[in-house]
Amino acid sequence: MLRNRAIVAGVGESRIGKVPGVSALELCAEAARRALADAGLGIRDVDGLLTAYTMTEPYPVFYGALAEFMGLELRYGAELTAGGGSSGVMIRDAALAVVSGRAEAVLVVSGDNRATGMGRDNAVAALAAWGHPYYEYPYGGFIPAYYALIARRYMHEYGASSEDLARVAVTQRASACRHPNAHMKTSIALEDVLASKPIAEPLNMLDCCLISDAAGALVVMRAERAAELPKKPAYLLGAGEAFTHEHILAAPSLLDSGAGRAAQAAYAMAGLGPREIDFAQLYDCFTITPMLLAEECGFVERGGAAELWKDDRASIEGRFPINTHGGMLSHAHAGATGGLFESVEAVRQLRGGEGERQVARHEIALVHVEGGIMSNHATLIYGAQPV
Amino acid sequence: MALPFPEPRTAEARHFFAAAAAGRLELQRCAACARVWFFPRPACVACGSTDYAWFAASGRGSLHSFSIVRRAPSPEFRDRLPYVVALVELAEGPRMMANVVGDDALEVAIGDALELTFEDRGEGRKLPQFCRAKR
Repeated sequence: MLRNRAIVAGVGESRIGKVPGVSALELCAEAARRALADAGLGIRDVDGLLTAYTMTEPYPVFYGALAEFMGLELRYGAELTAGGGSSGVMIRDAALAVVSGRAEAVLVVSGDNRATGMGRDNAVAALAAWGHPYYEYPYGGFIPAYYALIARRYMHEYGASSEDLARVAVTQRASACRHPNAHMKTSIALEDVLASKPIAEPLNMLDCCLISDAAGALVVMRAERAAELPKKPAYLLGAGEAFTHEHILAAPSLLDSGAGRAAQAAYAMAGLGPREIDFAQLYDCFTITPMLLAEECGFVERGGAAELWKDDRASIEGRFPINTHGGMLSHAHAGATGGLFESVEAVRQLRGGEGERQVARHEIALVHVEGGIMSNHATLIYGAQPV
Repeated sequence: MALPFPEPRTAEARHFFAAAAAGRLELQRCAACARVWFFPRPACVACGSTDYAWFAASGRGSLHSFSIVRRAPSPEFRDRLPYVVALVELAEGPRMMANVVGDDALEVAIGDALELTFEDRGEGRKLPQFCRAKR
């Protein structure tokens, strides 16, 4: 049983936004150094490294390139990818590695310079490559259109409106405005989202996540090491995963993804339920995504997600804060990195002391990440204390 | 700019597009458990049996969901904007992706009855597509 046995000892973010002239490798190393400093560690203390992928610098073995670049000596290392869900798998595997004695301190890193290293058109074109080359791509689909299929079906089933979706973007931008390192810090209103450029109906530009230069990192250690740390760690209480399909045409359902199964497995490991979660970080590649995930993680009944964002209930001061750093819609998105920032933010909130971004209740947090088109899911539950 | 057409490298995909070129939408049905699946693969996705038969689909379906695309993913689709990307629930059970094509395509709604058509993409290559069923 993994519950209570591993901690996130430190977290770090690179510079975020448009960071010209800095490679993905440099961004990753910057985030990793900051995570190590946060944990009171140096590079000689690290013996494990897990990385996701980059699209701008496709090294054959990215973790090796990063370890070499930083001067790390490893007992344990791998590139672990599950698309946007990569961080969930990496953090769980890092926890298993330290608990089983395979490593003492594992750096978990993801980063890419999608904004300046790829260019907007290339980044958008890369989103088309996620479609099946024979049975999806020839129809002119790309990731926004695939999520739009889900959003349209959701609106049809439950009567949700474009305003309901837009409210997610507005709430998260308000949170990003209180984050010192967020990519987008200009406040937006509901009308701005509704009037933004249509991409794939019903999704407009401001319903879609950013394209950022960004990297994030965490240090995972055994819980016994907590007393040595300069800052409070976050305890990993639960973890669960699920996979249902790779391509949207093969999804068993557009509305019931594997998220519910992943969340149930995480709740079971933690011995907790949705009512005991104080705040959540839910993957938000598009505004529809955290709405679906909130339902599948059990925070609201099916079809009721819009209620969670009404009257600022998901804001930092709200009854149930969601995506308190601004998420991928407003803080940063660069491949698997956006999902990793959910865990970075959860750890910071659990520690307390985030000033005007701090949520009031911060004992237990749920993080859910997913990759592809609601394809591969991972739920993590963290606590400020062991349970 | 010419619209893309796949260069299938698997045996099942080559069969599928050869049938499409001849004006047929062919699906696979498992001989062991009768499951029909899409997209073409070498074994049943329900029971794993490699014993299956191709058959011609009825060409009838209904619209499970759709999006009107307003921003092209790549330059080759720019001249086509706006266009409908759809998930079609085939009468035989599985879903497939297609464009809803035709003069009234942008007026589609979920649940609409659809019928099979083919889009000529040059050099004898045809892509299965759907249009709204005539009343």
